[in-house]
Amino acid sequence: MATDVSAYEEMIKGLWRDNPVFVQVLGMCPMLAVTNSAINAVVMGLATFFVLVTSSFLVSSFKQWIPKQVRISLYVIIIATFVTVVDYSLLAMLPAIHKELGAFIPLIVANCMILGRQEAFASKHGVKYAVMDAVGMSAGFMIALFSLGAVREILGVGALFGVDLFSANFEPWVIMILPPGGFLTLGLLLLFFNWFTERRRQFLIKVADVDKIAVGVKDNG
Amino acid sequence: MKNDPLKKRDPNLLLQSAPLLRQELTTPAAMKEVWIALLPATAAALWFFGLSALLILITSISGALLTEWVFTDKQKRRFALSDTSAGLTGLLIGLTLPPGLPLWMAFLGGSVSIGLGKVIWGGLGTNIFNPALLGRAFLLGTFPIAMTTWGAAGGPGEFFQLHSSNLALPFMQAQVDSMSAATPLGLMKFEQQGTALWSLFMGNTAGSIGETSALFLLLGGVYLLLRRSIDWRIPTAIFLTAAVFSFIMFLTDGDKYPSPLFTLFSGGLLLGAFFMATDPVTSPLTPKGCWIFGIGVGFLVVLIRLFGGLPEGMLYAILLMNAATPLIDRYTQPRIFGRQA
Repeated sequence: MATDVSAYEEMIKGLWRDNPVFVQVLGMCPMLAVTNSAINAVVMGLATFFVLVTSSFLVSSFKQWIPKQVRISLYVIIIATFVTVVDYSLLAMLPAIHKELGAFIPLIVANCMILGRQEAFASKHGVKYAVMDAVGMSAGFMIALFSLGAVREILGVGALFGVDLFSANFEPWVIMILPPGGFLTLGLLLLFFNWFTERRRQFLIKVADVDKIAVGVKDNG
Repeated sequence: MKNDPLKKRDPNLLLQSAPLLRQELTTPAAMKEVWIALLPATAAALWFFGLSALLILITSISGALLTEWVFTDKQKRRFALSDTSAGLTGLLIGLTLPPGLPLWMAFLGGSVSIGLGKVIWGGLGTNIFNPALLGRAFLLGTFPIAMTTWGAAGGPGEFFQLHSSNLALPFMQAQVDSMSAATPLGLMKFEQQGTALWSLFMGNTAGSIGETSALFLLLGGVYLLLRRSIDWRIPTAIFLTAAVFSFIMFLTDGDKYPSPLFTLFSGGLLLGAFFMATDPVTSPLTPKGCWIFGIGVGFLVVLIRLFGGLPEGMLYAILLMNAATPLIDRYTQPRIFGRQA
């Protein structure tokens, strides 16, 4: 039980240390499929945010009454309820983007990141922690979606959120808005993330060593 | 004890630490052979495409070298660059680019070749796909229009006639070039129009800067074969398969399908067969495997050229067979001496 860890800590871990995409490598389907432009990525991120937070809330509130044997199907029913809400809301509010995202909105149900949070966290923690965790995780997911979508849109179209960044002469990198571009960019982002984490770890070890040596010197002296 | 006879060095005694036997074939030596073999083709490229070819080769090589330098460990850097394999990859991808390509794309191609084609897999000897072809595939997928706009071949008199599209600013489109022309393969595929065999042989046609001249590519290829730098089975299998397959198709419909000689001398078939399919890292190790590999490339290239959407298929034929190489190696292991098969 993580009662001794502050709720803030639960939220912040999803952004970087336990980022659902860069560390856990979950939810790859929407990650690769809908990130051909930044706006699609952000809308998908918001939809996932809503679904994850509400279903985490519901699952952790009902956890005493959910029988262990059928818990997965109950989680799916709860998630599917909110996905339906998102699906119809987007259809009403943003029909153009809804059309572009297409089947990937209903497919949020199958996003293993969401089900994973219910099974691994929401069903074992109190409502406050579950919601905090869901907020952090889906924010981390959104960051990942946005960084992928932004890179692909900037290189593939020369624009960000539909605003041209270069002159009209920009040569679009066609591959970037096609599926191979998604794989390439995701791979390179993962590479960069791991490289950065490893450097940070090495740096922390170095700092710790220096501290130890300093302490040792003081003890000896 | 200055004159102690025991401490005196015997001039006839040579003290060495192991390894005492040295292999003559080192990586830099193997690379040097390929550099020499590519000289005629490079000279032909400069002859026919002039300053544009020179600039493209320089930028693609510098892109490759710079990427190798940036992404190699500091302590291995000198070692990694001194075997000249990165520069060679840059030269090879440069030779497969059209003469009117904007220079920044050539630079990007060279750097993608090394970055995504080699370094990311762990450096020299660990990559699955031929780095130069991977870079070219990336460019072809990324800039399909620029990569299929060909300039006509000129002569030495037009050496300084630069394609204006070469000088497009980074990330910017090239202006439409008035000197564009169709390659022999493009003419064949889309207009059913042949090209004289003599100009295919000499190289006076439109195409990628290093692929047009069959004669000079053959010179380099024969040099490599005589020096035994490459496995003779791979190019032989490619040529035989491509010739036989295209001859069969030629017999069925002589108007629609090109003759086997046209198939052999046009496009990147010679360049790919001698210099790219034979890459020791990405081709099979066993003799039987080399035959399978070569037959696969020869079959695929004709299949793509005649029935696919693209006029040229050498690039994807080699990349596909590269992907199959580990499998081929596994199934063609020779029998261990003294054991039942």
